Amino acid sequence: MIDWSGYIGLILQGALVTIELTVLGSALALVMAFAAGLGRLSRFAGVRVLATVYIEFFRGTSIFVQLFWAYFVLPFAGITLTPLQAGVLALGLNVGAYGAEVVRGAVRAIGREQHEACVALNLGRYHRMRHVILPQALPLMLPTFGNNAIELLKGTAVVSLISLTDMTFQAQVVRAQTGSTLIPFATILVLYFAMAMAISAGMRWLERRASRGLDGVRV
Amino acid sequence: MPSPMIRIDNITKTYGPLTVLDGLSMDVMPGEKLALIGPSGSGKTTILRILMTLEKINGGHIEVDGDQLFHMQRAGRLAAADEKHLQTMRKKIGMVFQHFNLFPHKCVLDNITLAPMLTKGVPRAAAQARAMELLDMVGMADKAKNMPAQLSGGQKQRVAIARALALSPKIMLFDEVTSALDPELVEEVLNVMRRLAVETDMTMLLVTHEMGFAHDFADRVLFFDKGKIVEEGKPADIFRNPRQERTQSFLRKIIAAGHRV
Ligand SMILES: Nc1ncnc2c1ncn2[C@@H]1O[C@H](COP(=O)(O)OP(=O)(O)O)[C@@H](O)[C@H]1O
Ligand SMILES: [Mg+2]
Repeated sequence: MIDWSGYIGLILQGALVTIELTVLGSALALVMAFAAGLGRLSRFAGVRVLATVYIEFFRGTSIFVQLFWAYFVLPFAGITLTPLQAGVLALGLNVGAYGAEVVRGAVRAIGREQHEACVALNLGRYHRMRHVILPQALPLMLPTFGNNAIELLKGTAVVSLISLTDMTFQAQVVRAQTGSTLIPFATILVLYFAMAMAISAGMRWLERRASRGLDGVRV
Repeated sequence: MPSPMIRIDNITKTYGPLTVLDGLSMDVMPGEKLALIGPSGSGKTTILRILMTLEKINGGHIEVDGDQLFHMQRAGRLAAADEKHLQTMRKKIGMVFQHFNLFPHKCVLDNITLAPMLTKGVPRAAAQARAMELLDMVGMADKAKNMPAQLSGGQKQRVAIARALALSPKIMLFDEVTSALDPELVEEVLNVMRRLAVETDMTMLLVTHEMGFAHDFADRVLFFDKGKIVEEGKPADIFRNPRQERTQSFLRKIIAAGHRV
């Protein structure tokens, strides 16, 4: 008879790493999404090109390759990252590229009449974006951001390839040591699902908050 | 003779191949209430949008309150205005739109205080006090905390008027501000504008199909067709004795469509 408590503890340690990767990766993805999404709408051509190159590059290459670059190739350029840093970087940049298109789409969905009202009230570009356009665009972004965060959570499993001890990695360890496949993988199945549910619930809460008062106006 | 508040000098406006305004010139005196009437597509909205700097012009000059609107002195020469110059000029001008364009995510009070706080640095308390005065004037004080979606069209438009007034512009532009309203809500908005016309010395440009209102409100009426001023004069003359055939037939059509004169 196997004493499962120690092995489950191992998997829970891995779960913490997965959560850490998801939270930090999402934070970086969010920053990149706004930077590149707004960058694509910039009036400066140079900024638009830069944002477009970033988005197309990270959407057009696989997270797998990006992770290997972050961990194994960057050291040749003198940048050595811990596995966690490399994982956060690759996941954040990858998902941020998808998020950027969400930001751009939501901002563009706000009607011309809102921009014109801002001009008539003499609000400058920054104030316009900050106080009028983004607060209305945010509720449009959140559902897709939720999906992106769940994609990122699922994507964290690739970091086991650079020997980061995330949940999937620990499940494989447990499997190797116990010979049981069902228990470790059933455990992480449930845990991944619970984390995804938590993200969904959090996003729904944010959506309700962000669209407060907008009822019956749009979406 | 005081100098004009607005001097439009030989301006041209094109949209692609379509020339909407072709060498238009007109002056508006300080405090003057001007009504722009004419068939749909004659360029009335375009004139207001140009004055609000929502559209650029392709040629000519516009002077507002003694300064060039789309031009500025740079190194002793007249150059295209930069954003900073446009912002300075926009302080003099406010606009009310046909579809209100309120900020749907902000309550009535915040719709009004936003721009004074951000663009003029008015402290919140002072901005709110002023907003409440204006809401009182437009009969909307009891709705200060409501969201725009909870208001009728007439109420939204009265808030939009208060919002524009909060920046104390010298010039107010009204573009068919009652056209999107149900008929029974038109009068409440027109009443607010009547008060403004009597109680303030703002220069006002009004585009409207409410001929009865234009008659009472305006010092002068311009009849536009195809981007040109066909006829202008005192309301009594334009509405009772139009001289141009095109003005006559336009007014006949308007009356047939049920608008009073
Ligand atoms: N953004 C635009 N692009 C192309 N054509 C436009 C645009 N805005 C207005 N027009 C055209 O310019 C002409 C004048 O329009 P407008 O100033 O709105 O007239 P009015 O307000 O008198 O009805 C119309 O023929 C209209 O179709
Ligand atoms: Mg019009």
